[in-house]
Amino acid sequence: MPTVCPTCDAQVVLPAGTELSEIISCPECQTQLAVKAVGDEPQVEPAPAIEEDWGE
Amino acid sequence: MTRLGLLHSTIRGEEKLLLQAARERSVEIELIDIRDQLLNPDIFQLNFAVALERSVSTTKGNYAVQFLESQSVPVVNSSRVAAICADKFLTSLALAKNGVPTPQFAMVFSLEQAVAATEQLGGYPVIVKPALGSWGRLLSKVNDIDALETLIEHKEVLGGPAQKAFYLQQYVPKPGRDIRAFVIGGQTIGAIYRSSSHWITNTARGGTASNCPLSKELENICRQSSQAVGGGVLAIDVFETDDGLSVNEVNHTMEFKNSEAPTKVSISGAIIEYCLEVAQGSTQR
Repeated sequence: MPTVCPTCDAQVVLPAGTELSEIISCPECQTQLAVKAVGDEPQVEPAPAIEEDWGE
Repeated sequence: MTRLGLLHSTIRGEEKLLLQAARERSVEIELIDIRDQLLNPDIFQLNFAVALERSVSTTKGNYAVQFLESQSVPVVNSSRVAAICADKFLTSLALAKNGVPTPQFAMVFSLEQAVAATEQLGGYPVIVKPALGSWGRLLSKVNDIDALETLIEHKEVLGGPAQKAFYLQQYVPKPGRDIRAFVIGGQTIGAIYRSSSHWITNTARGGTASNCPLSKELENICRQSSQAVGGGVLAIDVFETDDGLSVNEVNHTMEFKNSEAPTKVSISGAIIEYCLEVAQGSTQR
């Protein structure tokens, strides 16, 4: 079942093997989305912005 | 069966490779999104024998590691290793103290001292980096005193406290590439060249990865570097200079998803197996 991009309302289908908290791109507007739920009722939300302490 | 806690925030390609490697080895993984945790020792449920810290946020990751260690859970990497590697000045100090070849460096807190340090480091260009930072962000190659004055003024006016500690490093000309070596428990398991026409060669900034054959010199300097920062799972960035290899930085939550293909090494598998060794107490962290 697809979910909806919170930015452009496009339908977003999670690729097979998608994990919780993975970052994907909306196929329509390319917004980075964080996966909040997988399975029968997938959910996405805008991905968090990069912060100063992010990295390796 | 050993249960491994994987501390994470966003799941990157690296974490997916680690999950796959764990499944292939029948290692049970507990995914722990640190953003959802309540790190209170009175209520936190410990269901794993060892933890692997993979948070993209250094600050949150370090707190989570400190918390788990306080509960007697071994963590890869340890808080000691993380504290050194997260800070470029502390890394440079550890490398220098242990006799590992590394570019000359200095920490200063004013423009006047930055000018003096630049002269001591061999003059311009000089590299100015945030001591805390990654992915090649906010690196500055300062070509003259005018640029140095401007950079320091901007940091002093616009930056937070951490940006007002100026880490300076000798500029090292590179042959269009540097080396990233993947080192686990002191052993170099693979390495890539990071090639770019830009002086910043991070793959996060567009550098391309290709296999770097291992040499005794590379393995030796990586072993020394690992010992200097406390061991563990490390990505060590190395310059090739006319005087031999020189260690630039050491990373403690390394990214490697684009390095398994060119090296033909299962870096993710090696990390999982190292975590199991740590859990069994059979390895020096």
